Amino acid sequence: MENRASPLLISFLCLGIAFLYLPMAVLIGYSFNASAMASVWGGFSTHWYTELLQNRQILNAARLSLEIAALSSTGALLLGTLAAVALVRFTKFRGRLLLTGMVNAPLVMPEIITGITQLLLFVSMLQLIGWPTRGITTVVLAHVAFCTAYVTVTVQSRLQTADRSLEEAAMDLGATPFQAFVDVTLPLIAPALLSSWLLSFTLSLDDLVISSFVSGPRSSTLPMIIYSKVKLGVSPDINALASLIIAAVGACVLAAAYIVRRGERQRLAETQLATG
Amino acid sequence: MERHGRWLIILPPLVFLFVFFLIPFGFALKISFAEAALRIPPFSNVFSVTPDHKLHLVFSLANYKYLLTDEVYVVSYLYSIKTAFFSTLLCLLIGYPMAYAMARSSKATQSILMLVIILPFWTSFLLRVYALEGIIRDNGLLNTALMWLGVIHEPLKIMRTTFAVYLGIVYSYLPFMVLPLYATLEKLDHTLLEAASDLGSRPWRAFIDVTLPLSMPGVVAGSMLVFIPAIGEYVIPALLGGPDNLMIGRVLWDEFFANHDWPVAAAVSIAFLVLLVGPIAVHQHFRVGQLEHG
Repeated sequence: MENRASPLLISFLCLGIAFLYLPMAVLIGYSFNASAMASVWGGFSTHWYTELLQNRQILNAARLSLEIAALSSTGALLLGTLAAVALVRFTKFRGRLLLTGMVNAPLVMPEIITGITQLLLFVSMLQLIGWPTRGITTVVLAHVAFCTAYVTVTVQSRLQTADRSLEEAAMDLGATPFQAFVDVTLPLIAPALLSSWLLSFTLSLDDLVISSFVSGPRSSTLPMIIYSKVKLGVSPDINALASLIIAAVGACVLAAAYIVRRGERQRLAETQLATG
Repeated sequence: MERHGRWLIILPPLVFLFVFFLIPFGFALKISFAEAALRIPPFSNVFSVTPDHKLHLVFSLANYKYLLTDEVYVVSYLYSIKTAFFSTLLCLLIGYPMAYAMARSSKATQSILMLVIILPFWTSFLLRVYALEGIIRDNGLLNTALMWLGVIHEPLKIMRTTFAVYLGIVYSYLPFMVLPLYATLEKLDHTLLEAASDLGSRPWRAFIDVTLPLSMPGVVAGSMLVFIPAIGEYVIPALLGGPDNLMIGRVLWDEFFANHDWPVAAAVSIAFLVLLVGPIAVHQHFRVGQLEHG
């Protein structure tokens, strides 16, 4: 589009963006408030951050959540990539429709229903075969299931646009199909793999509803602790924690965006060189 | 060899999702026919084997009857649809001009704006809802500022109201609306608008006749992305809403954690699935089918 947006539209856009960012900015501001009362500014202080670092309950939950997120996103990356390859490369196989349904359904399924049904599964499985006990295992299994859907959709759309003839050329030159895939296609879809791993990681790290259902008595994740504290009212150490999480996620996303963009630019330059 | 190799790729995700995503619905269906019981797990057996090795079935439709007789379920079901519908509409009204302004900025600005809109989506959803509470609670920033300015003398009551729930949903899901809208508006052929204006159409008319119809795929996609999670939303009504903001997600949560009535919760899930998720999934399926064939 060439014709510029009117000043009215531009100010509307700025207002919308302010609406998205103001609450987070205010939260970060509160986290440096010396006063425990939200409405009073008691001066600048890093008191709540030092307090946070001494809160064993929160630190343990944070470590548990990071572990769960790392395991689930890695599991989902593996399964989701396999599912994407299967759906894009193999046009006909038994169970294709089933697989398509199962990777798309979690995207429209309310979390609360996924959570309840998975809990009912784990409870029944425990009764029937004595595994799994509710805890980190069940949370990871549940997270892998819904993250796999996001990975599959992301990788699938990238694979569809990847040039198949490059892989065929590699095979003509004597590479096995597996080698051709690993050496040619994998680097092409690497940005999609990175972003879907990151997406799964944050989805898992942030999940409250599903974890609340499937976790066990001694495996409260960070969102579960945050939720129970927030439910009781204002807690200044949660402000500090939230600010840290927002800053960390923001930094990671910006870094990932930078890496992906640089990679794409490089690839573009290389293809231009190659094709003259 | 090739054919066996294929199954090494297909089977792991297929089996995993079958066991941990699909089978759970089978168990939910089974347990929805059970009766609540004081034991662990808290429901009666639907299938059991009698001493003479016969399969014994005890199906009870009581839970489904209960859903129809206790009006809280019907009320919260309708209330969830209403809330999701109006918050989607609000998102559309706010998101459309934003996406339109984005699509009309320069290419360099566009990629920065994309990142700016996407970033909140990556940060924690739960923490963003909590952050919003910091603005709208009785002694939050909004009330403090308005009282300081002398506009109001008593804090506005926003927390625990229906308005807060709408605000929460719009705040959380606005990026989901803006991005697909932006994607369709950005691809829009501006020569069509020039043609319309050459033929004497006023900008406003050209928008109604040309831009709006052409951006419908984005409108539909964005609306689905907001409507679907909004309808099963638990966190927003629980943290920001009042006791009368009974959305179905909240009723389900309470049935499970407060009343410990697992069979009724299972029946609500199954009913919710059939009445709501099913139609949405079928709609999505046909839409994707149309896109692939058309």
